[in-house]
Amino acid sequence: MSAATPVFSHRHLLGIEGLSALELTALLDLANEAVDLSRQVEKKRSTLRGRTQINLFFEASTRTQSSFEIAGKRLGADVMNMAVAASSIKKGETLIDTAATLNAMHPDIIVVRHNQAGAVHLLARKVGCSVVNAGDGAHEHPTQALLDALTIRRNKGRIEGLVVVICGDILHSRVARSNILALSALGAQVRVCGPSTLLPAGIERMGVTVFRDMTLALRDADIVMMLRLQRERMNGGFVPSTREYFRFFGLDEAKLKLAKPDALVMHPGPMNRGVEIDTLVADGAQSLIQEQVEMGVAVRMAVLEALARHLPNSSPQ
Amino acid sequence: MSVHALSPAPLALVNARLIDPEQLTEARGGVLVRDGVIMALGAGVSAGALPGDVKVVDCHGDCVSPGLIDLRAFVGEPGAEHRETIATATAAAAAGGITTMLAMPNTDPPIDDPAVVDFLLRRARDTGRIKVLSAATLTRKAAGHELSEVGLLQAAGAVAFTDGLHSVADARVMRRALTYARDFSALVMHFCEDASLADGGVMNEGELASRLGLTGIPREAETIVLERDLRLVALTGARYHAAVVSSSQSLALIARAKADGLPVTCSTTINHLTLNESDIGDYRTFLKLSPPLRGEDERLSLVEGLRDGVIDTIVSDHNPQDVETKRLPFAEAAPGAIGLETLLSAALRLFHAGQVGLPDLMAALTCKPALILGLPQGRLAVGAPADLIRFDPDEPFVLDTNSLRSRCRNTPFDGSRMEGRVKLTLVDGRVAFEEQGILRG
Repeated sequence: MSAATPVFSHRHLLGIEGLSALELTALLDLANEAVDLSRQVEKKRSTLRGRTQINLFFEASTRTQSSFEIAGKRLGADVMNMAVAASSIKKGETLIDTAATLNAMHPDIIVVRHNQAGAVHLLARKVGCSVVNAGDGAHEHPTQALLDALTIRRNKGRIEGLVVVICGDILHSRVARSNILALSALGAQVRVCGPSTLLPAGIERMGVTVFRDMTLALRDADIVMMLRLQRERMNGGFVPSTREYFRFFGLDEAKLKLAKPDALVMHPGPMNRGVEIDTLVADGAQSLIQEQVEMGVAVRMAVLEALARHLPNSSPQ
Repeated sequence: MSVHALSPAPLALVNARLIDPEQLTEARGGVLVRDGVIMALGAGVSAGALPGDVKVVDCHGDCVSPGLIDLRAFVGEPGAEHRETIATATAAAAAGGITTMLAMPNTDPPIDDPAVVDFLLRRARDTGRIKVLSAATLTRKAAGHELSEVGLLQAAGAVAFTDGLHSVADARVMRRALTYARDFSALVMHFCEDASLADGGVMNEGELASRLGLTGIPREAETIVLERDLRLVALTGARYHAAVVSSSQSLALIARAKADGLPVTCSTTINHLTLNESDIGDYRTFLKLSPPLRGEDERLSLVEGLRDGVIDTIVSDHNPQDVETKRLPFAEAAPGAIGLETLLSAALRLFHAGQVGLPDLMAALTCKPALILGLPQGRLAVGAPADLIRFDPDEPFVLDTNSLRSRCRNTPFDGSRMEGRVKLTLVDGRVAFEEQGILRG
């Protein structure tokens, strides 16, 4: 991987917010190299040798946690997973206690997921090491946005000028927020689409165009990014039923035809087939869903590497 | 009889007093009906000036107006066919001059599933005499907790969303329902009553209830929910119709909302416009209604609201109840009154009392409800569907319960002297009701 990315000089990665297009591009360039590395038989590097990475997940996750674990190990770090059921801790005070305990073990990087917005920021203020946000409540999920941007860039050759439609449960989605920030910063035209019950107030002020009718939202779209609808929100609370949701907001072949012929389909996973996405589309020729998973590892390697450059006692390679 | 069958022979109603509720005018003339629509209109349509194939009916100066459109009728089908079927309800409606009615979704099963909408509309097509439109529940089972499938129900033909007899208590559910409905440009109709304030109440709160020893329902049970709703309408932008307003307080809220430009309309019932709590008299359960009949001052303020246009439409609030549910001590009896067949006659009381002009009165019963639902009928205009009625506004009669066509007898007007009777009802140019021999000219 490249020797230097001088444009990324943050201690933590807490969100996309505040990052410049230059910084985002630098991370994507770094990740692009990690893709090539990950496709080799010999995938190991020693960038993080001797470093300790703790994955602290207060909320269950399969793909993000394993992705961070593989990324850390490929860079030579000692990776430890700590799963803390969110229900077993009391928020606030206990979170800080946990941070203090971990800090005493001298980790170099902590990767944190928490079900409360802002919890990762709180923890970052209490520890001496680098912190990566792996998702905090409905706030941000920066590495997801980076991997989505990388996937788009590798398939379309650019991000600037593309029409990206993010569709579904925008209200509860940290993926949507981070993607809106990242893709807008990189020059895409971002649209969001969903029933009004799943659109956060004032979302248009984040620079997106808001649609309630998916058939209109998909017009001229280059990228259709579907979001997961949580099971507990399907039955009358926010939307009446899965069958109604699928009819009006589920991506099937007929709706996908309304987008550009070369439009590509993305989903951060895990998918609800038959709810927000039709199986034929999820597994179809226009789907990038599997590639997103691959890019996840590469992007997390790039983030860990970029942060490692600024760790104390960092030796130039 | 089906309203969608082959068109009948062309028909002209001549020598009539034409009531135009849109222009708020009346004039002498005739109406020519062909292929289910109004082909010609005015003084030129007279007996001598019509082609030979047209059947000419001399109205002898009777009124001819668009048929009535009733935005609130409870029909027993499906689930309570012993009280009312679509066949009996629409027979009563046709005799009362109603040509379109909106069926409320409080059936068993409730109209909260596209298949039930489909059932209702098919039954109406096969057994109904008039146009029956389906409302669907706003929340599943009208229970006030989960959103209904507004999009699928609308696609199946539901034209409005309401929990009918029930009020949505939870403000968050109401907000989401309005928000969701707005995306589909769906009309939300809401019966406003705070269940906790109304709990145990059986009539209007006040001196009379105290004298009768009955528990009262304060007007605030209605206004608190209405006020909340109007604020949520401002927040969400949904189209909102207050299903029944019964007090001056509510009218003030509606007037303010309209002045603020909110997409708000409202109805009151024929009962609240023509009766008051004193009519309950000796614990007459047929006058137990929901919301309860108010005092005379409130009734007069409703009449004023109708005249001012704060109240958009008058509904029958037709709600058939039988002896099982009505022949009980007042507090235990079910609320509700039938009203389809007497809607026009009772409304004409306001005209005869000099309180509302005839075209204005007819507007609240025809073109205004049509506008709320976006219907082409309810207008006296060339090209409009020939949903027409002929009535003599002055013909006196005493209401005999046994002559009513509804399967239930719970009319509050039993034995009342009334003026104004429907003689002919056309739906898409087809005869849905005729007074015996009237078509022989």
